[in-house]
Amino acid sequence: MKFRAKINDVGCLNHFTRVVNTITKLTKTCVVRLTVDNIFFILSGKVANGGVSMWCELLQVNFFDEYQLEGVSEDANEICLEVNPENLSRALKTAQNAKSVKIKLTKKHCPCLTLAAELPSLSSISRIVTHDIPVDVIPRRLWHDFKEPSMPDFDVSIYLPPLKTMKSVVDRMKNLSNYLVVEANLSGEMNLKIETDLVSVTTHFKDLGNPPWGASQSQSQSRDVEAMAHARVDIRKLQQFLMGQQVNPTKSMCNIVDKRIIHLILLQEDVSLQYFIPAVV
Amino acid sequence: MDCVATGGNVKVLAKAIHSLSRIGEELYLEPTEDGLTLRAVNSSRSAFACFLMSPLFFQRYQAPPDHAFRCKMPIKSVQTVFRSLSSLERSVEKCRIEMNTEKCRLRITLHCKHGLLKTHNLSFQDCENLQAVFDKDNCPNVLRAQPRLWVDTVLHFPPSLEEVSVSVSSDRVWLRNHVEDDADSSKAMMTELCLSSEEFDHFAIGTQTTITFCLKELRGLLVFAETAGLPVSMYFDEPGSPVVLNVTDSVLEANFVLATLSEEAHQRNHNNNKADGPQTELPPDDFMCDDIDSYLIAMETSDLAGPSYEPPPQTSSTNRKSRLISEEEDEEVEEDSEERPPNKKFCSLFFGSVLPASPQPSNQTIQSQEVLASDSEDERPSE
Repeated sequence: MKFRAKINDVGCLNHFTRVVNTITKLTKTCVVRLTVDNIFFILSGKVANGGVSMWCELLQVNFFDEYQLEGVSEDANEICLEVNPENLSRALKTAQNAKSVKIKLTKKHCPCLTLAAELPSLSSISRIVTHDIPVDVIPRRLWHDFKEPSMPDFDVSIYLPPLKTMKSVVDRMKNLSNYLVVEANLSGEMNLKIETDLVSVTTHFKDLGNPPWGASQSQSQSRDVEAMAHARVDIRKLQQFLMGQQVNPTKSMCNIVDKRIIHLILLQEDVSLQYFIPAVV
Repeated sequence: MDCVATGGNVKVLAKAIHSLSRIGEELYLEPTEDGLTLRAVNSSRSAFACFLMSPLFFQRYQAPPDHAFRCKMPIKSVQTVFRSLSSLERSVEKCRIEMNTEKCRLRITLHCKHGLLKTHNLSFQDCENLQAVFDKDNCPNVLRAQPRLWVDTVLHFPPSLEEVSVSVSSDRVWLRNHVEDDADSSKAMMTELCLSSEEFDHFAIGTQTTITFCLKELRGLLVFAETAGLPVSMYFDEPGSPVVLNVTDSVLEANFVLATLSEEAHQRNHNNNKADGPQTELPPDDFMCDDIDSYLIAMETSDLAGPSYEPPPQTSSTNRKSRLISEEEDEEVEEDSEERPPNKKFCSLFFGSVLPASPQPSNQTIQSQEVLASDSEDERPSE
């Protein structure tokens, strides 16, 4: 198993840092899956984290100037590591104006992702800062947890309004209730609702548009365009998702499986982030 | 005592107070002919800080006639006077500090723009002399650098980190975070920063060594040094003897004296290749010899040499602590043997042989005062 990567470009470094910061906001611990072409940050839905799952995919070539990977074996040329993304984010933060950043898998006191940054200095010799981030190497027999989640057979798919707008709405609703109902239909309308014994609040969004998914999504084809699909979710999970957004997605959308799950997708040229929040009754 | 600071010096004074507030709860104030001294010590007596503002620092400076006046007061109350640095900078033209001995009040008057006067009357207590014993001029190792370098260095370590280890060789300095034995070191992120000697204004290494001390006080001094734009010097010797951080200018001097982990504890923590001048044998940093293969460490092979932190072995921390206490007993000769300093890992090494500056008033005090005893709430035998 070998992994080594290097970033020389400040823009790429900032971009990568923003992605990691986003992940940090979403979860305390996650799985980093390294393949020849991609880096994945994965959180698989466990009861302990409220059933939330996450799938973030980066094209390595858009971030790294050098990238070498030798997986656990030839037929499984990849590496899975469990990482605390906050460590990674802290390490990247101190490397913000670095001339170059190297990330490599090392064996120190325990397996580590070692991040070494070459920083500008007052002299001809660069300052070198290295961070050893402890990781757990995940054995191959547990890899089956980290497959890309299949697209749920959703009832409604809709583009999201600007995430900042959504965030300010959700932030205020959180003061009133622990649960929020997301509902949307196929004519571009989405509502965010809370209902408590004392108050009901609904924010209406319209003309959002519905992404064309083609014929594959049969369930939504035959659906009444005005009919709302809805899911009641833990408001904190949605808030976390909105809070962490540092990537500026070119497209953001939400798929709703009525009464079961919401599936949020952020797409950017070289990054995609999917986030699943299960519905609660 | 009556002294007046003007203009930018008010801000310097305020920053000094803020720095001291990071050390201890009380401000010890002593006007002498050499200037006004401001001191603080932490509760476990492992850190001591002293600012001396010379008479030239002030527009007007009068030491009290009886030469033996000193007092202490809660530093929070003094901080309140200088709370907002920005408003100090904007509106305060001069600051007058005077002693009203009749009323036992220290009066601080801020003369602001538009003739506004802000007067603070602070109560104080008489106190003993507070002086750490240190001899920075005989330290074999001296590093001096602009405050920016220190600030940039410290920035790489998380704010929650308490202690940092500094290793020096003939041409490099390494800083790494120090993790306690009992902490789960396998889960902690280890950070190491390497600086070349060229970045320092002055770099004199007599003994290659590694010392470990608290970061908090260094950060405190940096708050001051950065505003004042003054270089910070670090004087140190072997592990266990204090490190002195010094800022000097023509009209003021600041010394922060910090305990370092004793050698035994230290070696246990950094047992392999770190303690005694092994830096010469350290391989150059991997950026220097950019051999790709050296990065690609097979997970299975564990015999990797590198400049990075190696795991501290599990040691019994009680052993270490008990040793420190016995050391204290040796050093703190004047201390009543039943009065133990708190059981902390940095021992109070400095206050052992302090005698009052003026011999006359206070042999009495020195026996009964608390300064030589710990500030801890520990049970003390009733007297």
